[in-house]
Amino acid sequence: MSQIHVSTKINGDATEYLCEPDETLLDVLRDRLGMTGTKEGCGTGDCGACSVTLDGRLVCSCLVLGAEAEGCEVGTIEGVAEGEALHPLQTKFLEHAALQCGVCTPGFLVAAKSLLERNSDPSEEEVRYWLAGNLCRCTGYDKIIRAVLDTAKEMRSA
Amino acid sequence: MRYEAPRTLDQAVELMSAESGLARVLAGGTDLLVQLRSERIEPDLIVDIKRIDGMSAITAERGGFRIGAAVSGAVLGEHEGVTALWPGVVEAANLIGSTQVQGRATMVGNLCNASPAADAVPALIAAAAQVAIAGPNGRREIPVESMVLSPGKNALEKGEIVESLYLPARPERSGDAYLRFIPRTEMDIAVVSAGVSLTLDEGGRITAARVGLGAVAPRPLLVEAAASAIVGTNLDEAALDALAAAASAACDPIDDKRGTIEYRVDVAGVLAKRAANIAYARAGGSR
Repeated sequence: MSQIHVSTKINGDATEYLCEPDETLLDVLRDRLGMTGTKEGCGTGDCGACSVTLDGRLVCSCLVLGAEAEGCEVGTIEGVAEGEALHPLQTKFLEHAALQCGVCTPGFLVAAKSLLERNSDPSEEEVRYWLAGNLCRCTGYDKIIRAVLDTAKEMRSA
Repeated sequence: MRYEAPRTLDQAVELMSAESGLARVLAGGTDLLVQLRSERIEPDLIVDIKRIDGMSAITAERGGFRIGAAVSGAVLGEHEGVTALWPGVVEAANLIGSTQVQGRATMVGNLCNASPAADAVPALIAAAAQVAIAGPNGRREIPVESMVLSPGKNALEKGEIVESLYLPARPERSGDAYLRFIPRTEMDIAVVSAGVSLTLDEGGRITAARVGLGAVAPRPLLVEAAASAIVGTNLDEAALDALAAAASAACDPIDDKRGTIEYRVDVAGVLAKRAANIAYARAGGSR
Protein backbone atom coordinates (compact mmCIF):
# COMPACT_ATOMS: atom_id res chain seq x y z
CA MET A 1 0.00 0.00 0.00
CA SER A 2 1.33 3.42 -0.86
CA GLN A 3 0.99 6.05 1.81
CA ILE A 4 -1.09 9.16 1.29
CA HIS A 5 0.34 12.62 1.86
CA VAL A 6 -2.04 14.86 3.79
CA SER A 7 -1.81 18.60 4.47
CA THR A 8 -4.07 19.84 7.21
CA LYS A 9 -4.35 22.30 10.07
CA ILE A 10 -4.43 20.97 13.61
CA ASN A 11 -5.34 23.44 16.36
CA GLY A 12 -4.43 26.21 13.95
CA ASP A 13 -1.00 24.85 13.03
CA ALA A 14 -0.27 23.71 9.48
CA THR A 15 0.58 20.01 9.72
CA GLU A 16 1.59 17.41 7.17
CA TYR A 17 1.68 13.65 7.55
CA LEU A 18 1.76 10.41 5.62
CA CYS A 19 -0.86 7.77 6.38
CA GLU A 20 -2.14 4.46 5.13
CA PRO A 21 -5.44 4.59 3.18
CA ASP A 22 -7.25 2.66 5.90
CA GLU A 23 -5.72 4.50 8.85
CA THR A 24 -8.10 6.53 11.01
CA LEU A 25 -7.58 10.15 11.99
CA LEU A 26 -7.45 8.92 15.58
CA ASP A 27 -4.49 6.64 14.81
CA VAL A 28 -2.76 9.43 12.89
CA LEU A 29 -3.14 11.84 15.81
CA ARG A 30 -1.95 9.37 18.42
CA ASP A 31 0.60 7.19 16.65
CA ARG A 32 2.07 9.47 13.99
CA LEU A 33 1.77 12.93 15.52
CA GLY A 34 2.18 11.94 19.17
CA MET A 35 -1.00 13.80 20.15
CA THR A 36 -2.18 11.28 22.68
CA GLY A 37 -4.68 13.57 24.42
CA THR A 38 -7.36 12.15 22.13
CA LYS A 39 -8.31 8.74 23.53
CA GLU A 40 -9.43 5.53 21.90
CA GLY A 41 -12.37 3.88 23.64
CA CYS A 42 -14.56 1.69 21.47
CA GLY A 43 -13.20 2.48 18.00
CA THR A 44 -16.72 2.27 16.59
CA GLY A 45 -18.17 5.72 17.25
CA ASP A 46 -20.18 4.74 20.30
CA CYS A 47 -18.21 6.22 23.22
CA GLY A 48 -17.00 9.67 22.13
CA ALA A 49 -13.57 9.39 23.82
CA CYS A 50 -11.92 10.25 20.48
CA SER A 51 -14.04 13.38 19.85
CA VAL A 52 -12.39 16.10 17.77
CA THR A 53 -13.75 18.86 15.57
CA LEU A 54 -13.37 18.62 11.80
CA ASP A 55 -13.99 21.97 10.09
CA GLY A 56 -15.85 23.01 13.22
CA ARG A 57 -18.09 19.92 13.42
CA LEU A 58 -17.88 17.57 16.36
CA VAL A 59 -16.99 14.06 15.12
CA CYS A 60 -15.49 10.80 16.35
CA SER A 61 -11.93 10.67 14.99
CA CYS A 62 -12.14 6.87 14.96
CA LEU A 63 -14.80 7.22 12.22
CA VAL A 64 -12.71 9.52 10.03
CA LEU A 65 -9.91 8.36 7.76
CA GLY A 66 -6.64 10.25 8.10
CA ALA A 67 -6.78 10.84 4.35
CA GLU A 68 -10.10 12.66 4.67
CA ALA A 69 -8.53 15.48 6.71
CA GLU A 70 -6.76 16.85 3.60
CA GLY A 71 -7.34 20.61 3.56
CA CYS A 72 -9.49 20.47 6.72
CA GLU A 73 -9.14 22.12 10.12
CA VAL A 74 -8.90 19.66 12.98
CA GLY A 75 -9.44 20.68 16.61
CA THR A 76 -8.24 18.39 19.41
CA ILE A 77 -8.03 18.49 23.20
CA GLU A 78 -4.48 19.82 22.88
CA GLY A 79 -5.95 23.05 21.49
CA VAL A 80 -8.46 23.60 24.29
CA ALA A 81 -6.14 25.24 26.85
CA GLU A 82 -4.12 28.28 25.78
CA GLY A 83 -0.62 27.44 26.86
CA GLU A 84 -0.72 27.07 30.64
CA ALA A 85 -4.09 28.80 30.89
CA LEU A 86 -6.86 26.25 31.22
CA HIS A 87 -10.13 26.68 29.36
CA PRO A 88 -13.00 27.55 31.75
CA LEU A 89 -14.45 24.08 31.10
CA GLN A 90 -11.22 22.45 32.31
CA THR A 91 -11.23 24.59 35.46
CA LYS A 92 -14.86 23.73 36.18
CA PHE A 93 -14.27 20.01 35.56
CA LEU A 94 -11.60 20.15 38.27
CA GLU A 95 -13.79 22.20 40.63
CA HIS A 96 -16.76 19.88 40.26
CA ALA A 97 -14.64 16.71 40.31
CA ALA A 98 -16.22 15.87 36.96
CA LEU A 99 -13.69 13.14 36.27
CA GLN A 100 -12.27 10.07 37.89
CA CYS A 101 -10.15 7.84 35.66
CA GLY A 102 -10.00 10.58 33.03
CA VAL A 103 -10.13 8.53 29.83
CA CYS A 104 -13.42 10.05 28.69
CA THR A 105 -12.50 13.57 29.81
CA PRO A 106 -10.78 14.89 26.65
CA GLY A 107 -13.78 13.80 24.60
CA PHE A 108 -16.22 15.43 27.02
CA LEU A 109 -14.22 18.68 26.99
CA VAL A 110 -14.01 18.85 23.20
CA ALA A 111 -17.73 18.02 22.89
CA ALA A 112 -18.81 20.47 25.61
CA LYS A 113 -16.70 23.25 24.09
CA SER A 114 -18.37 22.62 20.74
CA LEU A 115 -21.79 22.90 22.44
CA LEU A 116 -20.98 26.16 24.23
CA GLU A 117 -19.68 27.69 21.00
CA ARG A 118 -23.10 27.08 19.47
CA ASN A 119 -25.29 27.68 22.50
CA SER A 120 -24.05 29.86 25.35
CA ASP A 121 -27.09 29.10 27.52
CA PRO A 122 -28.04 25.43 27.12
CA SER A 123 -30.65 23.81 29.34
CA GLU A 124 -29.69 20.75 31.36
CA GLU A 125 -31.65 18.63 28.89
CA GLU A 126 -29.77 20.14 25.94
CA VAL A 127 -26.43 19.43 27.62
CA ARG A 128 -27.44 15.83 28.34
CA TYR A 129 -28.58 15.21 24.77
CA TRP A 130 -25.53 16.92 23.25
CA LEU A 131 -23.22 14.76 25.37
CA ALA A 132 -25.21 11.53 24.97
CA GLY A 133 -22.48 10.21 22.66
CA ASN A 134 -19.81 10.60 25.32
CA LEU A 135 -19.74 7.69 27.71
CA CYS A 136 -18.30 7.84 31.23
CA ARG A 137 -18.22 4.73 33.37
CA CYS A 138 -17.00 6.49 36.55
CA THR A 139 -18.84 9.67 37.41
CA GLY A 140 -22.50 8.93 36.78
CA TYR A 141 -22.60 12.07 34.58
CA ASP A 142 -24.19 14.48 37.08
CA LYS A 143 -20.91 16.17 37.97
CA ILE A 144 -20.03 16.53 34.31
CA ILE A 145 -23.39 18.09 33.51
CA ARG A 146 -23.08 20.47 36.48
CA ALA A 147 -19.57 21.48 35.41
CA VAL A 148 -20.75 22.28 31.88
CA LEU A 149 -23.77 24.28 33.07
CA ASP A 150 -21.60 26.16 35.58
CA THR A 151 -19.04 26.96 32.87
CA ALA A 152 -21.77 28.27 30.59
CA LYS A 153 -23.05 30.48 33.39
CA GLU A 154 -19.59 31.83 34.16
CA MET A 155 -18.73 32.44 30.50
CA ARG A 156 -22.00 34.34 30.01
CA SER A 157 -21.22 36.69 32.88
CA ALA A 158 -17.58 37.15 31.86
CA MET B 1 -7.01 -0.84 -0.18
CA ARG B 2 -6.89 2.34 -2.25
CA TYR B 3 -8.43 5.66 -1.21
CA GLU B 4 -9.60 8.04 -3.91
CA ALA B 5 -11.28 11.43 -3.55
CA PRO B 6 -12.38 12.41 -7.06
CA ARG B 7 -13.55 15.94 -7.92
CA THR B 8 -16.34 14.98 -10.30
CA LEU B 9 -19.19 12.51 -10.28
CA ASP B 10 -18.07 11.09 -13.63
CA GLN B 11 -14.64 10.29 -12.19
CA ALA B 12 -16.28 8.68 -9.15
CA VAL B 13 -18.49 6.48 -11.35
CA GLU B 14 -15.50 5.56 -13.50
CA LEU B 15 -13.47 4.54 -10.45
CA MET B 16 -16.36 2.49 -9.02
CA SER B 17 -17.02 0.83 -12.40
CA ALA B 18 -13.38 0.06 -13.19
CA GLU B 19 -12.61 -1.59 -9.85
CA SER B 20 -12.62 -5.35 -10.30
CA GLY B 21 -12.63 -6.02 -6.56
CA LEU B 22 -14.90 -4.63 -3.86
CA ALA B 23 -15.51 -0.88 -4.09
CA ARG B 24 -17.31 1.19 -1.47
CA VAL B 25 -18.48 4.80 -1.38
CA LEU B 26 -17.40 6.90 1.60
CA ALA B 27 -19.61 9.82 2.62
CA GLY B 28 -20.03 10.15 6.41
CA GLY B 29 -18.25 6.86 7.10
CA THR B 30 -20.21 6.10 10.26
CA ASP B 31 -21.24 2.68 8.96
CA LEU B 32 -18.33 2.06 6.57
CA LEU B 33 -15.51 2.61 9.06
CA VAL B 34 -17.18 0.33 11.60
CA GLN B 35 -17.44 -2.38 8.93
CA LEU B 36 -13.78 -1.88 7.99
CA ARG B 37 -12.63 -2.15 11.57
CA SER B 38 -14.60 -5.32 12.22
CA GLU B 39 -13.32 -6.72 8.91
CA ARG B 40 -16.90 -7.45 7.94
CA ILE B 41 -15.93 -6.03 4.57
CA GLU B 42 -12.46 -5.68 3.07
CA PRO B 43 -12.79 -3.30 0.14
CA ASP B 44 -10.11 -2.86 -2.49
CA LEU B 45 -11.21 0.69 -3.20
CA ILE B 46 -12.86 3.46 -1.21
CA VAL B 47 -14.25 6.43 -3.13
CA ASP B 48 -14.72 9.49 -0.94
CA ILE B 49 -17.47 11.56 -2.60
CA LYS B 50 -17.19 14.64 -0.37
CA ARG B 51 -14.86 16.51 -2.75
CA ILE B 52 -17.41 16.35 -5.58
CA ASP B 53 -19.21 19.63 -6.30
CA GLY B 54 -22.79 19.69 -5.09
CA MET B 55 -22.59 16.51 -3.00
CA SER B 56 -22.66 18.52 0.23
CA ALA B 57 -25.37 20.92 -0.90
CA ILE B 58 -29.07 21.30 -0.15
CA THR B 59 -30.73 22.97 -3.13
CA ALA B 60 -34.27 24.29 -3.55
CA GLU B 61 -35.83 22.65 -6.62
CA ARG B 62 -39.39 22.74 -8.00
CA GLY B 63 -40.79 23.71 -4.62
CA GLY B 64 -38.99 20.86 -2.87
CA PHE B 65 -35.38 20.20 -1.91
CA ARG B 66 -32.53 18.19 -3.34
CA ILE B 67 -30.28 16.80 -0.59
CA GLY B 68 -26.75 15.89 -1.72
CA ALA B 69 -25.44 12.46 -0.79
CA ALA B 70 -22.76 13.91 1.52
CA VAL B 71 -25.06 16.23 3.53
CA SER B 72 -24.65 15.33 7.20
CA GLY B 73 -27.50 15.05 9.69
CA ALA B 74 -26.21 18.14 11.49
CA VAL B 75 -26.29 20.25 8.30
CA LEU B 76 -29.75 18.92 7.42
CA GLY B 77 -31.07 19.73 10.89
CA GLU B 78 -29.82 23.31 10.66
CA HIS B 79 -31.57 23.89 7.31
CA GLU B 80 -34.69 25.93 8.00
CA GLY B 81 -36.32 25.31 4.63
CA VAL B 82 -36.18 21.51 4.79
CA THR B 83 -37.14 21.49 8.46
CA ALA B 84 -40.21 23.62 7.70
CA LEU B 85 -41.31 21.57 4.67
CA TRP B 86 -40.48 18.03 5.88
CA PRO B 87 -40.12 18.13 9.69
CA GLY B 88 -40.73 14.38 9.99
CA VAL B 89 -37.85 13.55 7.66
CA VAL B 90 -35.47 15.85 9.52
CA GLU B 91 -36.46 14.50 12.93
CA ALA B 92 -35.95 10.95 11.67
CA ALA B 93 -32.48 11.73 10.28
CA ASN B 94 -31.53 13.57 13.45
CA LEU B 95 -32.40 10.55 15.63
CA ILE B 96 -29.46 8.61 14.19
CA GLY B 97 -26.64 8.24 16.71
CA SER B 98 -24.97 10.93 18.77
CA THR B 99 -23.96 14.54 18.12
CA GLN B 100 -20.64 13.17 16.86
CA VAL B 101 -22.38 10.75 14.49
CA GLN B 102 -24.71 13.54 13.29
CA GLY B 103 -21.62 15.55 12.36
CA ARG B 104 -20.83 12.95 9.69
CA ALA B 105 -23.70 10.53 9.02
CA THR B 106 -25.79 11.16 5.89
CA MET B 107 -29.37 10.21 4.98
CA VAL B 108 -28.15 8.66 1.74
CA GLY B 109 -25.67 6.54 3.68
CA ASN B 110 -28.44 5.49 6.06
CA LEU B 111 -30.47 4.45 3.02
CA CYS B 112 -27.62 2.66 1.18
CA ASN B 113 -26.58 0.77 4.31
CA ALA B 114 -29.92 -0.98 3.82
CA SER B 115 -30.76 -1.75 7.42
CA PRO B 116 -34.40 -2.70 8.01
CA ALA B 117 -34.25 -0.44 11.10
CA ALA B 118 -32.68 2.63 9.46
CA ASP B 119 -34.35 5.67 11.03
CA ALA B 120 -34.38 7.97 8.02
CA VAL B 121 -35.97 5.47 5.64
CA PRO B 122 -39.61 5.14 6.81
CA ALA B 123 -39.87 8.93 6.93
CA LEU B 124 -38.38 9.20 3.43
CA ILE B 125 -40.84 6.56 2.22
CA ALA B 126 -43.74 8.51 3.72
CA ALA B 127 -42.36 11.63 2.00
CA ALA B 128 -42.27 9.89 -1.41
CA ALA B 129 -38.60 10.82 -1.76
CA GLN B 130 -36.81 10.00 -5.02
CA VAL B 131 -33.28 8.61 -5.18
CA ALA B 132 -31.05 10.07 -7.92
CA ILE B 133 -28.45 7.53 -9.06
CA ALA B 134 -25.48 8.01 -11.38
CA GLY B 135 -23.82 5.02 -13.01
CA PRO B 136 -21.84 3.78 -15.99
CA ASN B 137 -25.03 3.73 -18.09
CA GLY B 138 -26.11 7.23 -17.15
CA ARG B 139 -28.51 8.57 -14.57
CA ARG B 140 -31.74 7.12 -13.20
CA GLU B 141 -34.23 7.95 -10.47
CA ILE B 142 -36.09 5.43 -8.34
CA PRO B 143 -38.61 5.79 -5.52
CA VAL B 144 -36.97 5.47 -2.13
CA GLU B 145 -39.05 2.41 -1.19
CA SER B 146 -37.38 0.46 -4.05
CA MET B 147 -33.90 1.10 -2.71
CA VAL B 148 -33.61 -1.43 0.13
CA LEU B 149 -33.95 -5.03 -1.07
CA SER B 150 -33.02 -7.02 2.04
CA PRO B 151 -30.86 -6.52 5.14
CA GLY B 152 -27.58 -4.98 3.92
CA LYS B 153 -28.52 -5.20 0.23
CA ASN B 154 -29.53 -2.16 -1.82
CA ALA B 155 -30.68 -1.71 -5.41
CA LEU B 156 -27.46 -0.17 -6.75
CA GLU B 157 -25.81 -1.90 -9.70
CA LYS B 158 -22.05 -2.24 -10.15
CA GLY B 159 -20.47 1.19 -10.52
CA GLU B 160 -23.55 3.14 -9.40
CA ILE B 161 -23.47 5.93 -6.83
CA VAL B 162 -26.38 7.74 -5.21
CA GLU B 163 -26.02 11.40 -6.03
CA SER B 164 -28.90 12.91 -4.06
CA LEU B 165 -32.35 12.50 -2.58
CA TYR B 166 -35.23 14.62 -3.79
CA LEU B 167 -37.89 15.67 -1.29
CA PRO B 168 -40.87 16.88 -3.32
CA ALA B 169 -42.93 20.05 -2.97
CA ARG B 170 -46.09 19.68 -0.95
CA PRO B 171 -49.58 21.13 -1.18
CA GLU B 172 -50.99 23.45 1.48
CA ARG B 173 -52.23 21.72 4.64
CA SER B 174 -49.65 18.92 4.58
CA GLY B 175 -47.69 17.45 7.49
CA ASP B 176 -45.39 14.56 8.28
CA ALA B 177 -43.99 12.89 11.39
CA TYR B 178 -41.71 10.04 12.39
CA LEU B 179 -41.67 8.06 15.63
CA ARG B 180 -39.54 5.15 16.75
CA PHE B 181 -39.66 2.98 19.81
CA ILE B 182 -36.41 2.34 21.68
CA PRO B 183 -36.04 1.19 25.29
CA ARG B 184 -33.60 4.05 26.01
CA THR B 185 -34.02 7.80 25.49
CA GLU B 186 -31.40 8.19 22.73
CA MET B 187 -28.50 6.44 20.96
CA ASP B 188 -30.32 3.24 20.08
CA ILE B 189 -31.63 1.26 17.12
CA ALA B 190 -35.36 1.27 16.40
CA VAL B 191 -37.31 -1.73 17.67
CA VAL B 192 -40.24 -0.46 15.59
CA SER B 193 -40.67 2.81 13.70
CA ALA B 194 -43.32 4.62 11.69
CA GLY B 195 -43.38 7.61 9.35
CA VAL B 196 -46.62 9.22 8.18
CA SER B 197 -47.19 12.03 5.68
CA LEU B 198 -50.62 13.40 4.83
CA THR B 199 -52.46 16.25 3.14
CA LEU B 200 -55.84 17.70 4.18
CA ASP B 201 -58.61 19.57 2.39
CA GLU B 202 -60.11 22.76 3.86
CA GLY B 203 -62.45 20.76 6.03
CA GLY B 204 -59.64 18.75 7.61
CA ARG B 205 -60.42 15.64 5.57
CA ILE B 206 -57.35 13.63 4.51
CA THR B 207 -56.95 13.71 0.72
CA ALA B 208 -53.62 11.89 0.44
CA ALA B 209 -51.42 9.88 2.80
CA ARG B 210 -48.36 7.67 2.84
CA VAL B 211 -47.24 5.40 5.67
CA GLY B 212 -43.74 3.90 6.07
CA LEU B 213 -42.77 1.30 8.67
CA GLY B 214 -39.30 0.30 9.86
CA ALA B 215 -37.79 -2.66 11.76
CA VAL B 216 -40.85 -4.86 11.23
CA ALA B 217 -39.80 -6.68 8.04
CA PRO B 218 -36.59 -7.53 6.13
CA ARG B 219 -36.82 -4.07 4.59
CA PRO B 220 -38.58 -0.78 5.39
CA LEU B 221 -42.15 -0.93 4.11
CA LEU B 222 -44.50 1.37 2.23
CA VAL B 223 -47.91 0.35 3.61
CA GLU B 224 -50.54 1.42 1.10
CA ALA B 225 -53.39 -0.24 3.00
CA ALA B 226 -52.56 1.85 6.07
CA ALA B 227 -52.69 5.03 3.99
CA SER B 228 -56.00 4.01 2.37
CA ALA B 229 -57.43 3.46 5.85
CA ILE B 230 -57.21 7.17 6.64
CA VAL B 231 -57.73 8.83 3.24
CA GLY B 232 -61.21 10.37 3.10
CA THR B 233 -61.48 10.59 6.88
CA ASN B 234 -60.89 13.33 9.46
CA LEU B 235 -58.64 10.89 11.34
CA ASP B 236 -61.44 9.92 13.73
CA GLU B 237 -61.09 7.02 16.16
CA ALA B 238 -62.39 4.46 13.65
CA ALA B 239 -59.90 5.66 11.03
CA LEU B 240 -57.04 5.49 13.52
CA ASP B 241 -58.02 1.96 14.49
CA ALA B 242 -58.19 0.93 10.83
CA LEU B 243 -54.76 2.52 10.28
CA ALA B 244 -53.29 0.60 13.23
CA ALA B 245 -54.82 -2.67 12.05
CA ALA B 246 -53.46 -2.21 8.52
CA ALA B 247 -50.01 -1.27 9.82
CA SER B 248 -49.89 -4.31 12.10
CA ALA B 249 -51.12 -6.57 9.30
CA ALA B 250 -48.23 -5.48 7.06
CA CYS B 251 -45.57 -6.52 9.57
CA ASP B 252 -43.35 -9.54 9.10
CA PRO B 253 -40.80 -9.03 11.86
CA ILE B 254 -38.12 -11.14 13.48
CA ASP B 255 -38.06 -12.23 17.10
CA ASP B 256 -34.91 -10.96 18.78
CA LYS B 257 -33.60 -9.67 22.08
CA ARG B 258 -34.89 -6.20 21.31
CA GLY B 259 -38.48 -7.19 20.63
CA THR B 260 -40.71 -10.19 20.03
CA ILE B 261 -42.80 -10.65 16.90
CA GLU B 262 -46.05 -10.01 18.76
CA TYR B 263 -44.66 -6.91 20.40
CA ARG B 264 -43.39 -5.42 17.15
CA VAL B 265 -46.66 -6.13 15.33
CA ASP B 266 -48.66 -4.45 18.07
CA VAL B 267 -46.37 -1.43 18.51
CA ALA B 268 -46.26 -0.80 14.75
CA GLY B 269 -49.99 -0.03 14.90
CA VAL B 270 -49.60 2.19 17.96
CA LEU B 271 -46.73 4.19 16.46
CA ALA B 272 -48.53 4.59 13.13
CA LYS B 273 -51.51 6.09 14.99
CA ARG B 274 -49.36 8.44 17.04
CA ALA B 275 -47.31 9.57 14.04
CA ALA B 276 -50.54 10.13 12.07
CA ASN B 277 -51.89 12.31 14.90
CA ILE B 278 -48.74 14.45 14.90
CA ALA B 279 -48.72 14.72 11.09
CA TYR B 280 -52.43 15.68 11.16
CA ALA B 281 -51.79 18.44 13.69
CA ARG B 282 -48.81 19.71 11.69
CA ALA B 283 -51.00 19.85 8.59
CA GLY B 284 -53.28 22.21 10.55
CA GLY B 285 -56.04 19.68 11.19
CA SER B 286 -58.06 19.88 14.39
CA ARG B 287 -60.70 17.54 15.72
